Amino acid sequence: MSGRQADNVGIVIVSHSAEVARGAAEMVRQMVGPEVRLAWCGGAPGGGLGTSVAAIGAAIDRAWSDAGVAVLFDLGGAGTNSEMAIEMLPDERRARVAICAAPVVEGAIIAAVEASGGAPLAAVRAAAEAWQG
Amino acid sequence: MPTGEAPQRRLIRAVAETIIAHAEELTRLDQAIGDGDHGVNMQRGCAAVLADLDRIGALPWPQALHAAGTVLVMTVGGASGPLFGTLFMQLGKSLPPAPTRADMAGALAGAVAAVKARGKSDVGAKTMLDVLDPVLAALRDGDDDWRTRLPAVAGAAAAATAPMQARRGRAAFLGARSIGHVDPGARSVALMVEAVCTA
Repeated sequence: MSGRQADNVGIVIVSHSAEVARGAAEMVRQMVGPEVRLAWCGGAPGGGLGTSVAAIGAAIDRAWSDAGVAVLFDLGGAGTNSEMAIEMLPDERRARVAICAAPVVEGAIIAAVEASGGAPLAAVRAAAEAWQG
Repeated sequence: MPTGEAPQRRLIRAVAETIIAHAEELTRLDQAIGDGDHGVNMQRGCAAVLADLDRIGALPWPQALHAAGTVLVMTVGGASGPLFGTLFMQLGKSLPPAPTRADMAGALAGAVAAVKARGKSDVGAKTMLDVLDPVLAALRDGDDDWRTRLPAVAGAAAAATAPMQARRGRAAFLGARSIGHVDPGARSVALMVEAVCTA
């Protein structure tokens, strides 16, 4: 894609449900078009509701940007598994991934809008976490 | 039990088989206060460990535990994956090849601390830590007859989670309604302790 997309923070959406993650990603695309790299994953390793450390790691790879990646997730195990996936990244990537403590749908959209304007990773996370509805 | 089976293979197999045998019970416990997937998640993870047992069980103790933990992390699919995976992986990190009771207590202390950090939790929140912590104390402070003592300690500690109100995990959403049910993660730890002590 454009050089601009490669310069912007990427967004990863993690949900227990693949349908929630896919739907949230669709809403993000509607807002920011192709301006940010975006990846989603949902579902347990064997299928059904849950999250997969391997799938989260792969989503971070797909959304990778040198500006970093912001990760949004829904509940409980999605967060624990996201933290685990980030810890398993190579050293040089780990520090450039930020977990955003925000509702997954709203947080992903706000983070992506911020990222599409070229904001750095810390600002993308701060915008998602500041969401008040 | 086949003769000549390496102890690490035997114990890891016993833990996995015990969890699989109790998967329905764990699911029932989790349906009462959680999202009902603890049994099936742990069953999936333990089945993956058994499927890889020829490789895992042939490794020395520390690497075998680390390998089993890694399989759990990658296959469980809920918070229990990283939590139980961290427990096993950290045990493997600090356990010498032929551990004494003091070595095991030291390794378990490190593993319990790692689970606390991973889960951002501590004793009293109605979690697996409410069994791990008293088991650690009983292993560290008691005599070498731990195999006969620890199952009762673990079982009583798991039962003692029933009157607690959950402060971590999906059960915390229920608030006071989580009171009166045994925590499924605590029950899983008690089953694992019993398996290790009786295998």
